[in-house]
Amino acid sequence: MSWLTPELMDMLIAVLKAVVILLVVVIAGALLSFIERRLLGWWQDRYGPNRVGPFGMFQIVADMLKMFFKEDWTPPFADKFIFTLAPMIAFAAMLLAFAIIPISPNWGVADLNIGILFFFAMAGLSVYAVLFAGWSSNNKFALLGALRASAQTVSYEVFLALALMGVVAQVGSFNMRDIVEYQAQHLWFIIPQFFGFCTFFIAAIAVTHRHPFDQPEAEQELADGYHIEYAGMKWGMFFVGEYIAIVTVSALLVTLFFGGWHGPFGLLPQIPFIWFALKTCFFIMIFILLRASIPRPRYDQVMAFSWKFCLPLTLINLLVTGALVLASAQ
Amino acid sequence: MTANSVLSIAPYTPDDHSVIGELSAKFGAEAFTVQTTRTGMPVLWVAREQLTNILTFLRNLPRPYVMLYDLHGVDERLRTQRRGLPDADFTVFYHLMSIERNNDVMIKVALSEGDLNLPSITSIWPNANWYEREVWDLYGIHFTGHPHLTRIMMPPTWEGHPLRKDYPARATEFDPFSLTLAKQQHEEEAARFRPEDWGMQRGGAHEDFMFLNLGPNHPSAHGAFRIILQLDGEEIVDCVPEIGYHHRGAEKMAERQSWHSFIPYTDRIDYLGGVMNNLPYVLSVEKLAGIKVPDRVDFIRVMMAEFFRITSHLLFLGTYIQDVGAMTPVFFTFTDRQRAYKVIEAITGFRLHPAWYRIGGVAHDLPRGWDKLVKEFVDWLPKRLDEYEKAALQNSILRGRTIGVAQYNTREALEWGVTGAGLRSTGLDFDLRKARPYSGYEHFDFEVPLANNGDAYDRCMVRVEEMRQSIRIIDQCLRNMPEGPYKADHPLTTPPPKERTLRDIETLITHFLQVSWGPVMPANESFQMIEATKGINSYYLTSDGGTMSYRTRIRTPSFAHLQQIPPVIRGSMVADLIAYLGSIDFVMADVDR
Repeated sequence: MSWLTPELMDMLIAVLKAVVILLVVVIAGALLSFIERRLLGWWQDRYGPNRVGPFGMFQIVADMLKMFFKEDWTPPFADKFIFTLAPMIAFAAMLLAFAIIPISPNWGVADLNIGILFFFAMAGLSVYAVLFAGWSSNNKFALLGALRASAQTVSYEVFLALALMGVVAQVGSFNMRDIVEYQAQHLWFIIPQFFGFCTFFIAAIAVTHRHPFDQPEAEQELADGYHIEYAGMKWGMFFVGEYIAIVTVSALLVTLFFGGWHGPFGLLPQIPFIWFALKTCFFIMIFILLRASIPRPRYDQVMAFSWKFCLPLTLINLLVTGALVLASAQ
Repeated sequence: MTANSVLSIAPYTPDDHSVIGELSAKFGAEAFTVQTTRTGMPVLWVAREQLTNILTFLRNLPRPYVMLYDLHGVDERLRTQRRGLPDADFTVFYHLMSIERNNDVMIKVALSEGDLNLPSITSIWPNANWYEREVWDLYGIHFTGHPHLTRIMMPPTWEGHPLRKDYPARATEFDPFSLTLAKQQHEEEAARFRPEDWGMQRGGAHEDFMFLNLGPNHPSAHGAFRIILQLDGEEIVDCVPEIGYHHRGAEKMAERQSWHSFIPYTDRIDYLGGVMNNLPYVLSVEKLAGIKVPDRVDFIRVMMAEFFRITSHLLFLGTYIQDVGAMTPVFFTFTDRQRAYKVIEAITGFRLHPAWYRIGGVAHDLPRGWDKLVKEFVDWLPKRLDEYEKAALQNSILRGRTIGVAQYNTREALEWGVTGAGLRSTGLDFDLRKARPYSGYEHFDFEVPLANNGDAYDRCMVRVEEMRQSIRIIDQCLRNMPEGPYKADHPLTTPPPKERTLRDIETLITHFLQVSWGPVMPANESFQMIEATKGINSYYLTSDGGTMSYRTRIRTPSFAHLQQIPPVIRGSMVADLIAYLGSIDFVMADVDR
């Protein structure tokens, strides 16, 4: 076994870990469809899916079987290449972004020194999924959805990035592990970067197209918007892609503002993964709770909120943070 | 009358004929033939040549007839008992309403079969538009000067005019239906929207408009309703509502059902209104028959009607909040409806469509223990309403979505025939239960909720408050339910009280005839309007002295409300339209009948 050098071993283990993380994220994303429905049912005075398996846990299997066996229909009037490309982007972009998340001291796919920037890049790419889907469907509802998505993403990505610059400025690094360690030594960023957290959270919901920023789908208005023409697995990829985006964004919130794998006050450092998972689940639940509780603002109100409220708030936050960092450096 | 002014409404005096004096002074008494009816309003026949002048005069009188409440036709060719009336093959009637007089007048015009033409009155009341289209569609009467006289209920490819007496009422009288590919394509092509037909531009100076076909299958269209939007970006430049997908020909069916067996059909007119729909029909039939029902019947009817007002408003509330994007409240309001249906089911035996009122009474007496069930519901609902208000209706996003959206004032509401909460949210205190009490509403103590802005938010708040008032009325029924029979002691009560049929042969024969042929109503005309769940609903019945109605005209509020959409929504966004549609509270069955 002379070919099994320690370097190769490390490499194989790293690949194995990456594959495990990939599978866990995808399965978590798929399972979320069941969890969301159960939670909504719980909050809405009804049962939700509870027939298949214990507590309805195998509902996801039933759903997937249904989706796999559905006709993979492409409308004859659609632009076939782009029509097929769109769900792939939707599925892949936010999944790739998960690569930068440090799950525990030893687990994580990629330890990039430009970690956050990679997330911004992927978030920027994910809008193409909606844009392509809306355009190639050749459907007016889909087109309106795509237009809303582009406008919304352009507006919200401006301060999505700026909201995190406070964190970056304080840590002095884009690297995610550095950010986590900095929080363990100082304070979790939820306190010093509270406004950064608020605006990033809002922008993150907008990036995932979740309620109340689901303008591109807006069931009541656009009858599903950009993915109105999709069916079968292509639709399924949009669907799971959205849940993966929730997982990624929740994990990011935990990493950037809630100390990553660390417990509060340094409690129980032996179980980093549990802490990380618990906190991520909490944010996932908040996403679902938001969907259950509030109405959807009008599209122009969403834009006005972005430019007139969130962006100035972000800029002020960044200025104040910058001033404090400069002051403490001297 | 200025916009938003709260008018004083005169006490209601049925059969107030003072307007005939005013008309005679202007046009001469010989210009009118007065018809004696049981409609509770003067019915005047006029010559076609004078129609426009007379209607314009009525519109511009001091204390004017501001609302064209109804407009429709009658095929008179088979009517046998029309002594003293001008000769006519077809009649078109104009039912006008004055808020300040709190009185109505009906103008009729006789037409002969060879010359079915009338001047259009869309320039006097804009809402004549759809009514005239419907008369053209169903009777083939042509209105000169109408901006767009096309079919409205039937598909554009339809042949014949279904409400004519020589048009068959049963499917078995036609050849079997078949759909070939060629026919399907022909129908689809006929449904294609051409902006030019509606005088719309396909583009402006610098942009092309998008024509978006919203419906007939759209989650927020609340039924089979199609509305074609002319969009500049997301702004609605203009729109064309298209109805008729839910048309079942209820008025035609009424002409071949006995007076009694038509009752279940009325349930399905406003399918959320349940027994509330029976009320104007049975009241109107009772006027024909001359039946005065016992107090207990009035109270039971009022109580059940208010129950259905609540279930209808609860459904409105849930779907309205859902239309602005909050998904949860609808599940809670449905749970509440469930509780109401528990009571309704215990009392009537059915849930959605009990068809429970009868000519001269109700189907059976209240069951034992009804008061306990009603009490439970009366105690339950107000707390829930407070919760909805706090959790959903005071939400700033919901307020931002609906305040100032789809706003209109009292004057606009009246000229489009808007009634119900849509009218009261503009500040006009006009609730038939107070203004023209029927079925014993004068005995109850309740308030008429009003609002001032006439926007989507106010329409909702008025309805929420109406539910509280309905609870008050139900509570009073609970406390003061009179003892007595649940059917009137009258030969035309249907089915007749059973007790005596087993003793006297005469009553046995009557009973047999009434449940087989149905009762024979004296030849006359009668009319009853009520404050239904969605606005004013009325039945205008014509009896030719038979076991079936000669003509049943069902005036529904939703029809008028949908017609008003384009002027209200022009210049707003697509999302506003959805909030507006939610706030109208219509069901398509109520529009198309």
